[in-house]
Amino acid sequence: MKKVSEEKIVETVKELFLDAVKLLPEDVYCAFQESLRVEESPLGKAVLEQLMENKKIAESEGMALCQDTGFAVVFIEWGNKVIFEGEDLFKAVNEGVRKAYSEGYYRKSIVNDPLFDRKNTGDNTPCLLHFEFVSGENVKIIAAPKGGGSENMSAIKMLRPADGIEGVKKFVLETVEKAGGNPCPPIIVGVGIGGTFEKAAYLSKKALLREVGKHNKDLRYAKLEEELLTEINKLGIGPMGFGGRVTALAVNIEYYPCHIASLPVAVNIQCHSARHKEVIL
Amino acid sequence: MAKKIKTPLTEDVIEDLKCGDLVEITGVIYTARDAAHKRLVDLIKEGKNLPFDLRGAIIYYVGPTPAKPGKVIGSAGPTTSYRMDPYAPFLLEKGLKGMIGKGKRSKEVRDAIIKYKGIYFASTGGAAALLAKHIKSAEVVAYEDLGPEAIRRLYVEDFPAIVVNDIYGNDLYEEGVKKYKKK
Repeated sequence: MKKVSEEKIVETVKELFLDAVKLLPEDVYCAFQESLRVEESPLGKAVLEQLMENKKIAESEGMALCQDTGFAVVFIEWGNKVIFEGEDLFKAVNEGVRKAYSEGYYRKSIVNDPLFDRKNTGDNTPCLLHFEFVSGENVKIIAAPKGGGSENMSAIKMLRPADGIEGVKKFVLETVEKAGGNPCPPIIVGVGIGGTFEKAAYLSKKALLREVGKHNKDLRYAKLEEELLTEINKLGIGPMGFGGRVTALAVNIEYYPCHIASLPVAVNIQCHSARHKEVIL
Repeated sequence: MAKKIKTPLTEDVIEDLKCGDLVEITGVIYTARDAAHKRLVDLIKEGKNLPFDLRGAIIYYVGPTPAKPGKVIGSAGPTTSYRMDPYAPFLLEKGLKGMIGKGKRSKEVRDAIIKYKGIYFASTGGAAALLAKHIKSAEVVAYEDLGPEAIRRLYVEDFPAIVVNDIYGNDLYEEGVKKYKKK
């Protein structure tokens, strides 16, 4: 049986965040290049050029792409044939996050209590860990630092089954239009449909991890993704909301079976700094 | 071509700025975001002195990443401005002239910009490594306990921004979207 130690988890999580915060995924950069080709607004073009330049500076100088280095969201898919050698997985992941944010000179953006104290924890922990036990002999770890500005523009709604496809479209478009320039467009729109209230939200976050340009395997959902992307880019919001053709780079939908009474829909918005990195142990 | 402007801002300069203008700002600006704004407005309400002179000042809504050894500052792009909307009119009334952030402002802030002759700029959110290059010095002037949210005095050179709300009541977010929206 394969064994993964606590130290290995700490080291892996640390390296993932150190990279994810300063290296923009190549697919996102390619989407910027493509956007620059189709954008008609001069201000929109100027913004896209700045973002491309920013990517290069961050990479060459080892700087964070964005000062909001995010909430450390971690996805782990743990194969049933792998043994964890250690005491506490959550603690190990947090240790990795702590080290990355300290060594990388990344911003610590987490407060200990949402309502009363709001005191900065000083090391960007705790992280948010999504853990799944899967079959197989691998451990997949994904680091996805998530900025507050785009997260704040996300929304969830429990639709009636009768609202159907049109209801879903309307809610997604309303959410994106209301967000305007706030979430730093061009955005990626993660949509979670089905499941329960919390499952829809989880799916919408997971949808953001998909490579730009890849569609849902179910052709009906893939078509819906394309339709929504076209509709969103008609809104005119444009890069940074200054007006333009490119408001979103992608719409990614994930779905799950749901209750006969329900049609949950969650929209998780990702800014253009669509940072995530994964590794398989 | 970008208009080159210097701080502190004067009313002559503000009168010349129109929604959609590209500017390059040189001079001292101050950083403040959510928690620092709350403290500043509490001081105003208590009739106490502020930790820096607001008259003609520009506040940049930013919580930078820590500076690496030998560097002035870390990555430093704008944060979303609407969270500062409840506080901004108080500061404009006390002499604040400019704000740099991103995203739409409330009607109260837009009205206060007209009333007190202020100006709201946006810079590119997420272009934080690029924007940091224009920051030549940084020092904490108040609220060190707030960490990234402390008030810092920055000296910036040719800091790129764009005029969103001018004293004539224009709003780039409304006008830009109107221009490109398709039915």
